[in-house]
Amino acid sequence: MKILVAVKRVVDYAVKVRVRPDRTGVETANVKMSMNPFCEIAVEEALRLREAGAAAEVVAATVGPAQSADTLRTALAMGADRAVHVLHDQDPARPLLPLAVAKILRAVALQEKPDLVILGKQAIDDDCNQTGQMLAGLLQWPQGTFASKIILDTEKQKATVEREVDGGIESICLDLPAVITTDLRLNQPRYATLPNIMKAKSKVIKKIAPEDLGVDIRSDMEVIEVNEPPKRKAGVILSSVDELLDKLKNEARVL
Amino acid sequence: MAAMLVGALRRGSGCRGGSRLLAQSLRRFVSTLVVAEHEGGFVKPSSLSALAAAEAIAKDNKVSVLLGGSGPALHKAADHAASSHPLVSEVLVADSEALAHPLAEPWAELLRSVQQKGGYSHVIASSTSFGKNLLPRAAALLDVSPVTDVTAVKEPHVFVRPIYAGNALCTVKYTGEEPCMMSIRSTSFSPTTEAMSETKVAPITQVDLSFLSEGKSSWVNLTSQDTERPDLANARVVVTGGRGLKSAENFKLLEQLAEKLGAAVGATRAAVDAGYVPNDLQVGQTGKIVAPELYMAFGVSGAIQHLAGMRDSKVIVAVNKDADAPIFQVADYGLVADLFEVLDELLKKIPEKK
Repeated sequence: MKILVAVKRVVDYAVKVRVRPDRTGVETANVKMSMNPFCEIAVEEALRLREAGAAAEVVAATVGPAQSADTLRTALAMGADRAVHVLHDQDPARPLLPLAVAKILRAVALQEKPDLVILGKQAIDDDCNQTGQMLAGLLQWPQGTFASKIILDTEKQKATVEREVDGGIESICLDLPAVITTDLRLNQPRYATLPNIMKAKSKVIKKIAPEDLGVDIRSDMEVIEVNEPPKRKAGVILSSVDELLDKLKNEARVL
Repeated sequence: MAAMLVGALRRGSGCRGGSRLLAQSLRRFVSTLVVAEHEGGFVKPSSLSALAAAEAIAKDNKVSVLLGGSGPALHKAADHAASSHPLVSEVLVADSEALAHPLAEPWAELLRSVQQKGGYSHVIASSTSFGKNLLPRAAALLDVSPVTDVTAVKEPHVFVRPIYAGNALCTVKYTGEEPCMMSIRSTSFSPTTEAMSETKVAPITQVDLSFLSEGKSSWVNLTSQDTERPDLANARVVVTGGRGLKSAENFKLLEQLAEKLGAAVGATRAAVDAGYVPNDLQVGQTGKIVAPELYMAFGVSGAIQHLAGMRDSKVIVAVNKDADAPIFQVADYGLVADLFEVLDELLKKIPEKK
């Protein structure tokens, strides 16, 4: 069986982002970019399923500008077999929304015919947490979101997914093909070794324009402005527990 | 007049094109569908926050509340919903075994069906794991883009939402077709506390569920940690431990303190990954978002991803050995000290919970 993994290039998780002075967005020029951490987990899971013999091929896909090819190379260096790059240059005022990405990924899925699509549960830049669910809805496939464990039964064409939900861990069973989104605790992604990075350079990245997929990528959201969150007023360092209790009782009045 | 038109629309044919056209001609009238969750016969507090968000959209919003599930608890929750907020004009009850568990597939079909009949201008759910799982799928079926994690409503179609782990606030305008769908951050909308008069009880209607088909997913089980303490997302006081707690054993000290304060216990990713506590206690960008009156962080460094989940707390206390820990930049009160000594002293000096 075949697994399709969607990856996104985002500002590195450790970067403290700054809002642009013109308030049109956050500064992304000359900022370190990386693969979205949840997407790394998705790639890792697909590779583990392949290594366990449950899948024959892992295809990585992304939607984004030319530089997103770096992210696909990372996925290939981790071990993905080949990649699909849907080229799209972003207009900051009319961002590419999860619905458009989901429609593009549906078109890719219809071409590639995977048995399983794995995505991250959310991108750490827009924090939307939508694409996987939308893709599942558009394909009319079942969904297993926020997965912390995936067990595939290729014979019965079923996946058992343990999900991280508000009250604890929920277990559900899905008919394949299905869409699964990853939570942090699904696995620990591997590092790409140098030989694998070299090998990845010869792997194929297929480039596609959204128009070739016949997808309308209208955006129904207009960014009006982006602001810094309100600053908290400076706090004080206290010297003792007594002082702390006194402040909480008499100054903050929360005890 | 508006009410009559909306009523006519509700009774109107199930034909999608027709109701959409009509819905558009009614654009200036706001009517909202709140997808509510319930537990033990009551509407959950996070869903009551969604009602507060509906009120923020329009003061004269006509709100329908959708509840699903099966059994007596559902119908008790429906009675609760009917008198939960002055704007609630109708409670829709979807009674089916298929909806007893929060599976996205039947729920998304339900939401699509109810929206197509009701032609609501807005659909709101709370950003719980249920809401985040369901709403985008339903939105895709309706071919609209939802807005995630709304923290403020500026105009009926203009919203504020945090991006980049809360390091920027993005104001967006929804320019698409109806319905405008959103998940709201419950800590940003306080549920109405004023008691409603006995006479205002909204009618309860059963939803026709003939559209439900055989599912491609099934629910197996839920492993939950039973706890007597208040729910993390709604607690008035939260005490959180990080890697500095060093062991699951030591987390018990934190639990004792929580006991005394009537607080919920939270944790950082490091503490969860190290196995000190279960993952549903994680506070942060990818865990729970909390905004209690008092947030006490013990042995928490204050990574960007953690701050995302607690920066809107009213008063933040940090106890950490490292004076340079980023948590001190957001803390109102800081103690640079050994957290075990501080915990011991707090346990001695704080009186038993009143």
